Amino acid sequence: MNKFYLSSLLAVFVLALIAWAGGPALPWLFGIVLPYAAVILFVVGVIRKVMGWSRSAVPFAIPTTGGQQRSMPWINQNKIDNPSTKFGVFIRMALEILTFRSLFRNTRIKMTEEGRFSYNLELFLWIGALAFHYAFLATLVRHLRFFLEPVPLCIKAIETIDSFFRFEISYDAIQFGLPGVYISGIVLFAAVSYLFLRRLLISKVRYISLAQDYFPLFLIMGIAFTGILMRYFTKVEIAAIKDLTMSLVTFKALAFNVPQGIGPLFYIHLILVCTLLAYFPFSKLMHMGGIFLSPTRNMTANTREVRHVNPWNYPVKVHTYEAYENEFREKMIEAGLPVDKMPDESTAEEEKE
Amino acid sequence: MADETPKPSELLSNIDYRPPAKQWMDVPVNIRKGMYCYAANPKSVEYLGLPNARAWNPTDEDWKLPENWQQILHEGFKERLEKFRSIKVFMDICVRCGACADKCHFFIGTGDPKNMPVLRAELLRSVYRNDFTLMGKLLGRFAGARPMTIDVLKEWWYYLFQCTECRRCSLYCPYGIDTAEITMFGRELINLLGLNIDWIATPVANCYRTGNHLGIQPHAFKDMIDFFVDDIEEITGVRMEPNFNKKGADILFITPSGDVFADPGTYTCMGYLMLFHFLKEKYGLDVTWSTYASEGGNFGSFTSHEVMKRLNAKMYLEARRLGVKWILGGECGHMWRVINQYMDTMNGPADFLEVPVNPITGTRFENAASTKMVHIAEFTADLIKHGKLDLKPERNDNKILTFHDSCNPARGMGMFDEPRYVIQNVANHFYDMPANTIREQTFCCGSGSGLNAGENMEERMAGGLPRANAVKYVHEKHGVNMLACVCAIDRAALPTSMAYWVPEVQVTGMTELVANALVLPGEQERTTDLRGEPLPGMEEADE
Repeated sequence: MNKFYLSSLLAVFVLALIAWAGGPALPWLFGIVLPYAAVILFVVGVIRKVMGWSRSAVPFAIPTTGGQQRSMPWINQNKIDNPSTKFGVFIRMALEILTFRSLFRNTRIKMTEEGRFSYNLELFLWIGALAFHYAFLATLVRHLRFFLEPVPLCIKAIETIDSFFRFEISYDAIQFGLPGVYISGIVLFAAVSYLFLRRLLISKVRYISLAQDYFPLFLIMGIAFTGILMRYFTKVEIAAIKDLTMSLVTFKALAFNVPQGIGPLFYIHLILVCTLLAYFPFSKLMHMGGIFLSPTRNMTANTREVRHVNPWNYPVKVHTYEAYENEFREKMIEAGLPVDKMPDESTAEEEKE
Repeated sequence: MADETPKPSELLSNIDYRPPAKQWMDVPVNIRKGMYCYAANPKSVEYLGLPNARAWNPTDEDWKLPENWQQILHEGFKERLEKFRSIKVFMDICVRCGACADKCHFFIGTGDPKNMPVLRAELLRSVYRNDFTLMGKLLGRFAGARPMTIDVLKEWWYYLFQCTECRRCSLYCPYGIDTAEITMFGRELINLLGLNIDWIATPVANCYRTGNHLGIQPHAFKDMIDFFVDDIEEITGVRMEPNFNKKGADILFITPSGDVFADPGTYTCMGYLMLFHFLKEKYGLDVTWSTYASEGGNFGSFTSHEVMKRLNAKMYLEARRLGVKWILGGECGHMWRVINQYMDTMNGPADFLEVPVNPITGTRFENAASTKMVHIAEFTADLIKHGKLDLKPERNDNKILTFHDSCNPARGMGMFDEPRYVIQNVANHFYDMPANTIREQTFCCGSGSGLNAGENMEERMAGGLPRANAVKYVHEKHGVNMLACVCAIDRAALPTSMAYWVPEVQVTGMTELVANALVLPGEQERTTDLRGEPLPGMEEADE
């Protein structure tokens, strides 16, 4: 237990409490103003951040070369991890962004009592990260049904695939059934819990963790948890919610008429989502944008073949050959090394100056 | 080796990967003997015209900083955020997933959590958040921010010189965050305050003045090469006449001066001389050495980008003055990082040189078309592939070899197969170390980036542990007794590390092996290798 973790948890609880108390009382504030403000902060914040990065120069080509370079034709180049073409870079970046390739290399060190080290492939973080991000993406896409009318077929298709798993008990005595269970939601909650637990339980990771590492995890955990609650356990007025979301995207919400009957749970869900959006550009979550601009990954490793230009390259003071020879001329001649100027010439010239 | 350096068994048993209970910002830095290098000699700092030259001592309370040191750092930071997108992005996007944590040789060898690459970067990020981000300004420590204080500065200094810029962590980082980049940036900042270490500052000043890190003046440089010529004559019966500063030669050859100065690099240097002599006699290739550009290495790159450029400039200046066609580079690690990723940008375009073509094989080195500098391993591999060298690999039969990929040619270039191809063609017994410790996953020798001093022996041995451990594995499994490498710092650092961890293993350069196997025109029957050790089957003759 540490204060970073507790303070983050507390912050999320306080947010939930505010929404629980305030949502139903001030629906226009929590249902309309807040989402708009959050989206504006998100969009403007992300654009500003990315523009800020892009404004900075890329003075040197510094790709991390993770495989054999291109050299002679009979040597097999690793065209993805040491890409000498733009296409290679594209593939490298695509694999990095879509499959977290670098994380797939992860090893874990082990030291035996005799002092022998081994480095074994360790893929839990990679699996956890992939599960988390793709479940998040699927959940996000699924939620488009709240912002589109009629709901496009592709989204319905995704929902169908996502909810292929059904849970029903239909004995005479008990009749119990859940609506189609979205795998993405369950996986999201499980993965985010895993990411939290590894942060808490692996001592090295706990040591490097800051409040800002726990906070988004709790936010997302809260979002997934309230989402699951609303879908499977406490029924919310789904039609009213869709009225609200549709009026938000069509800007009819500016009339500030929030449909009646939206429960507090929804407002908790919503405030956590809004907080996540608003917090995003100011946090490490910007790794989503940053990965595209990482010079060790997105640059071509043909650095001896094509000259990279540094926009702020400036002339520097160098020790010229002339100055060098002036200092060591006598010794050079004595050692039989060739010189540009013989002593009499150079002294004559020095006198001229 | 200093007497205070713990024994290998002590060093091993001192490693504890459990971090302290206190949050890292509350654990003050302890600048410990054996783990740091001496402060820069003010004369060296002054010679280069770098700011705040003065005598100071890292273990003193008072570092004699300029009055406005915080402002200097803040403005230096700000300026570099605009100049380096890498820094700006790397400051913002780390998620502290911990994938890099156990990838650093210094962390593996010391267990010090601030040697986890992520935390080394957080030392700087914490100040970045405080000075440049809204969250840091609003929430302070809860946003992971802290103001710059003298203790923070000391922590920066201590840990920026416990990184060898090997880039191993950057390979595993899902965002490609490169600690080498962060360390280079951090060192550049503290150099604004004159806080360099002497093992870097003095070689840099030497290199600036005499052309090489060791401060060897031109006549002495020639003398040293002449000694090698005598030694070679004794072993092979062939007298060679190397060119110095020769105008109109085909190729300018530049290699680290360490090879001219200290064993076992000297044998590699003899190897170069023999290879060039062979090529001259057989094919008429004219290679020249330069006393002015007599350093391949660039300790400027461990100081700042500007000093890197100032030292590197000599290569192109000399190539232009001598009117050569292109440049051939010797075996060196960080030298090749600089050549491969910085030289052309900094001091190019080298339009006065030709696209490198090996006149003997006709191979055009397309991959060096713009920079016009070829690595000796590429060059030699090409010669061997075309059958242009007369080789007797059996002369190396008493050497059971493995190959250490130096960090920079590995992760700043990607040269893996060329040196292996050469070694396997000049020697018969070769075994690679385990896959997770070689090629792009290779471990640093532990003494790179200017840390191969004498006073920080514990740091070096701890940093060298993962590499040595993998060598030990192949030593026990295959009887490996010789560790080959293509880096002069390796040749200076690994013998010490081997003597400490795996005493049965010696260190050699690639070209030394080539020269042992190379049959020179008109040579006598050799009885020893370049080290004066009897060749296989010649043990009797030696006595």
